[in-house]
Amino acid sequence: MAHGAGGKASRRLVEGLIAPLFANETLAPLADAAIFPVAACRIATTADAFVVKPLRFAGGSIGELCINGTLNDLAVSGACPRTIMVSLILEAGLETATLRAELEAMAAAAARAGVAIAGGDTKVVEHGACDRMFVTTFGVGVVDERLRLGAQHVRKGDRVLLSGPIGDHGITILLARGELELEADLRSDTRSVWPMVRALLDAVPDGVRWMRDPTRGGVATALNELARDAGCAIALHEDAIPLRSEVRGACEILGLDPLHIANEGQFLAVVAERDAQRALEAVRAVAGGEDAALVGTVQSEPARAVVGITGYGGTRMIDMLVGDPLPRIC
Amino acid sequence: MCLAIPGQIVAFDDAQPLLARVDVGGVRRNVNVGLLADDPLIAGDWILIHVGFALSKISAEQAHDQLRMLQAMGEDALAIEEIRGYTFADGGERR
Amino acid sequence: MKYVDEFRDPQLIGGVAREIARSVDPHRHYRIMEVCGGHTRAIYRHGLRDVLPENIELVHGPGCPVCVLPTGRVDDGLAIAQRDDTILTCFGDMLRVPGTHGTPLELKARGADIRMVYSPLDALRIAQDNPAKHVCFFAIGFETTAPSTALTLLRARTLGVRNFSVFCNHVTIVPGMRAILDSPDMRIDGFVGPGHVATVIGCRPFEFVARDYGKPVVVAGFEPLDILEAILLIVRQLHAGEARVENQYRRIVLWEGNLAALRAMASAFELRPFFEWRGLGFISQSALKLAPAFADFDAEVRFRVPGVRVTDPKAAQCGEVLKGVLQPAHCKLFGTQCNPEHPVGALMVSSEGACAAYYRYVHRGEPVTA
Repeated sequence: MAHGAGGKASRRLVEGLIAPLFANETLAPLADAAIFPVAACRIATTADAFVVKPLRFAGGSIGELCINGTLNDLAVSGACPRTIMVSLILEAGLETATLRAELEAMAAAAARAGVAIAGGDTKVVEHGACDRMFVTTFGVGVVDERLRLGAQHVRKGDRVLLSGPIGDHGITILLARGELELEADLRSDTRSVWPMVRALLDAVPDGVRWMRDPTRGGVATALNELARDAGCAIALHEDAIPLRSEVRGACEILGLDPLHIANEGQFLAVVAERDAQRALEAVRAVAGGEDAALVGTVQSEPARAVVGITGYGGTRMIDMLVGDPLPRIC
Repeated sequence: MCLAIPGQIVAFDDAQPLLARVDVGGVRRNVNVGLLADDPLIAGDWILIHVGFALSKISAEQAHDQLRMLQAMGEDALAIEEIRGYTFADGGERR
Repeated sequence: MKYVDEFRDPQLIGGVAREIARSVDPHRHYRIMEVCGGHTRAIYRHGLRDVLPENIELVHGPGCPVCVLPTGRVDDGLAIAQRDDTILTCFGDMLRVPGTHGTPLELKARGADIRMVYSPLDALRIAQDNPAKHVCFFAIGFETTAPSTALTLLRARTLGVRNFSVFCNHVTIVPGMRAILDSPDMRIDGFVGPGHVATVIGCRPFEFVARDYGKPVVVAGFEPLDILEAILLIVRQLHAGEARVENQYRRIVLWEGNLAALRAMASAFELRPFFEWRGLGFISQSALKLAPAFADFDAEVRFRVPGVRVTDPKAAQCGEVLKGVLQPAHCKLFGTQCNPEHPVGALMVSSEGACAAYYRYVHRGEPVTA
């Protein structure tokens, strides 16, 4: 418990473990607030909280997830990520090796993105008050001045671009919990989408209308929110949606809809019809964006809804997820 | 009711002969084949899986027969339609 | 052959759809009931309504075990979960089904040890892993699922697991169908038969529908091509003035069913004299309970299960929807008081329920005025 009490033990934790791993100029003074210069510009901020069980899973861990998730919230707001703050809630008794591994994962993810971790806080709570380790983050980014993003800018005829295969993260976590005794060669897609977003914005700065990372609730929920906010319909071409065979197989077994499964390394963008092909090529040219696809079209009817269209012309309404996706047998 | 899906037997567990390792699109699970005891199974067979149990062995022959029959029927229907002169849009949508 | 995509082939689907369009009599209205909730879901999931002629009306049947489970049985199961040192296990489907005082998920949030399992065998394993606790499996499902519970019980007995029980809510589909056929306002022309139930019981138990009621039954698979072919076969029977049981799902279903599964069921279960179905009321010999030889594993024998009776909410018209008299959207509560987040009636509970499927795939999340 002493590590969270603010005394010597806290200082040891910060100076001995955290600061060296996150070392950068902004953090170096270890003051109460980080101070850094910004030119006159629009700032994007985001806060996020991360609880994931298990802490480590194929393709990632909570440390990597919390950095990438924060970067991605900034990226889809059209903001170049500048700095991140990380607060930890640790359960008493958490092994130092586990903590170190997660801090290293955070440092590595931040380094890959060229972003400084500029501060944070640590609290230790008694055994049972949290599940090993919770992380909250705060991110700051600088908004690309050329952009006008938002559901209000979406127009009939615009196209929906999806950056890659869906459901990898959610299904990986479901399998990693072990309760279902399913195994697959599947990894979380956790990554920063900023390189892809930046390529998209550079290619068609005037053509991007809206972006979102389809995390919890999946693509279906993100697009339903768009349809409601924009008062339009999204026609989703079901055969065009990139999907790994393992995700599809797990969804068939468990009776889940891949469109409801969480992603941590994908983004959705609405782009003007005239720019759609160039947008797709720009995202596909970035490493990790090879499977990007144009998956949908903005329509006026049925307003405020997402409609799936099959290869033979069948249609279905695609609803938001209600609660968590629960496997079903019937 | 009753979500059941096809999977292919990859292997058997020598220690537990009633457990088969089954693959569904790259996802694997042990499935109890005790309900198919009357019908010996081998690796490579396809079975219908429900709540961790195999309910039935899938017949490739019947599946192929069905698809062939539907293919022929679709072609006949199209031919008759063309003669009569009413059309379907490419997506199968009625006009 | 992977037995999935081949049966979703757009060209073949287009072909069968054309053949149906060509075959139907434009002056005739066809009311076809898909008995099984899995079919209901597949019809909406694959948008099959869009490739069928307007005069074919699909009526959604009672084949959703979660939907027909009365609230009292949910309350009874949750009473078991509240016993000391007890773990209640159930399929994911049950977790959001409301009892009088909340859903299993809500009870779990308040501290009860309720765990989701994929298979009844997983519940048995939890019992073996937790010898100091009692593990009860909340069994639901039609004949497709009942053999799995039966084999699990046989295994529990062989292994001598003492801390395991089953709260049995298995129901049988034939009495449910008969209840619908006997209803005076029944206007169904033919039935798409439940293909996965038929893997176990075979096709013969459906012969009474053709023989006694003069209605065609086509036992069908769950892929788009299967369902469309079954509808075509029903239309052809109706035009020929025939009423037979046909097996469309021959790659999976044997006419005589799965004898090993029937044997397992016969050894573990016996018929209840009567059982309440939500929306349909009490139906005689329509459900299973554990055979006396398995009394040690019977949660209803081991524990004082309260035996709660809860009347269906009066305003909800689930019974009429189940019998095909009313379309989901025409129920007074549909989409307003009754929606998937706050289900009032049984059919809104499971995603296979006629109303929930209709809400999810057709309705746009706004109140329906029709």
